[in-house]
Amino acid sequence: MKLRSRHLLGLEGMTREEINLILDTAESFKEILERPIRIVPTLRGVTVVNLFYEPSTRTRISFELAEKRLSAEVVSFSANTSSVRKGETLKDTVRNIEAMKIDMVVVRHQCSGVPYFLTQCLDSSIINAGDGAHEHPTQALLDLFTIRAKYKEIKGLKVVIVGDVKYSRVARSDIWGFTTMGAKVAVCGPTTLMPYEIEKMGIEVYDDVDEALEGADVVNVLRIQLERQEGGLLPSLREYTNKFGINIERLKKLNENFTIMHPGPINRGVEITPEVADGPYSVILNQVTNGVAIRMAVLYLLSGGEAKVE
Amino acid sequence: MPKKQKSILIMDAKTVERALIRIAHEIVEKNKGAENMAVIGIKNRGEYLAQRVARLIEKIEKVQIPVGLMDITLYRDDVQTKLEQPLVQKTEILFDVVDKVIILVDDVLFTGRTIRAALDQIIDFGRPKCIQLAVLVDRGHRELPIRADYVGKNIPTAKSERVKVKIKEVDGEDNVSIVKQ
Repeated sequence: MKLRSRHLLGLEGMTREEINLILDTAESFKEILERPIRIVPTLRGVTVVNLFYEPSTRTRISFELAEKRLSAEVVSFSANTSSVRKGETLKDTVRNIEAMKIDMVVVRHQCSGVPYFLTQCLDSSIINAGDGAHEHPTQALLDLFTIRAKYKEIKGLKVVIVGDVKYSRVARSDIWGFTTMGAKVAVCGPTTLMPYEIEKMGIEVYDDVDEALEGADVVNVLRIQLERQEGGLLPSLREYTNKFGINIERLKKLNENFTIMHPGPINRGVEITPEVADGPYSVILNQVTNGVAIRMAVLYLLSGGEAKVE
Repeated sequence: MPKKQKSILIMDAKTVERALIRIAHEIVEKNKGAENMAVIGIKNRGEYLAQRVARLIEKIEKVQIPVGLMDITLYRDDVQTKLEQPLVQKTEILFDVVDKVIILVDDVLFTGRTIRAALDQIIDFGRPKCIQLAVLVDRGHRELPIRADYVGKNIPTAKSERVKVKIKEVDGEDNVSIVKQ
């Protein structure tokens, strides 16, 4: 069993077997993080470049730790301290970096499709760490991992994704991932933040959050992307909080043994109240811990021999 | 057309059992007891052999012997040359290895590369007092300067032959045979 592609661009089109392979591998990597020496020599001599065109705390540190714990050599790049500010194009930047002999690129970019574009101009393996409003596959994989660890089986669960679905790459990857694994997925948010024809992804769509939460097992609360809210899509944040914010009162609709997830960073008091975010059913910090194991698994599985075909 | 394979039985269930009992006694003799001892088996079949050896030592010495299991995939030296990444399995060493006498157990000793990986991995868990190696079969053809302290049976082989070890817990029966291609 192996992954069909040498890149990880998204969960769209990935099979259940491939996702299970990544989750099972991450299971073994999780144990390494609890050892006295949290490092294995597996990727010694492999050079990974973290190419971050957008700010990030969790994903970036998580990838860096995952790379270092596999003994890879890590070079980190952020757009605002580089020649990008002098006007260098993306293609020129990455081809120059590759000319210095690298093996893998982890990329985060504000434009959808950048990871795919890189596969066309580089020989390295490309891992998508979030591209525009397209996909954020490692986030969805760690969500799946966290949920599988709690419920043993993802199939049959009802997963509700609440918030800004339109601009959320996490939502898109989660929808692909959870539906592939057999969960029932519903999305809920203001109609201005709901993409056109989203129901064609095989999911239910609600504009009333109380209706959506009825009988749900897992609620994934998305971040309201304050930096993208200048276009007048929301009348006010307060109205959003009243209509869609997840508070203790709303949790009564859920099934017993429910779970609250949030991909971070949290806007406390906007999309989720602090009591809910820090409550006993919240797995937000488990998600972060599992993120390192998932990224180690992805790096390991994509790092195999050179003769692999596309 | 599938190649004709010839299989020769080298050890039957009784012989395997006797070899393990002798190994357990040798371990106790060499270490003058079983104090501060722990056994670690290498996945897959070494894991079960390790459990059996530990139980036998416990019977002789009337002490508790902790048993760990180890998957050496991440310490292999051919990770980047293989076409397909081998499945990573669990490593479970739930005791402190520092200052312990570690008995490392595997089914077959061949090139020595697995043992090299296992040694590196153990040392990443801490600094044991010493590490000793017990194997059911030593088939020769070493590629590294590694030898076993306790050997169930030395079997001279050609490189093209395969040594097949069967273990009750995995294969339903205990025996060792050589398969000629």
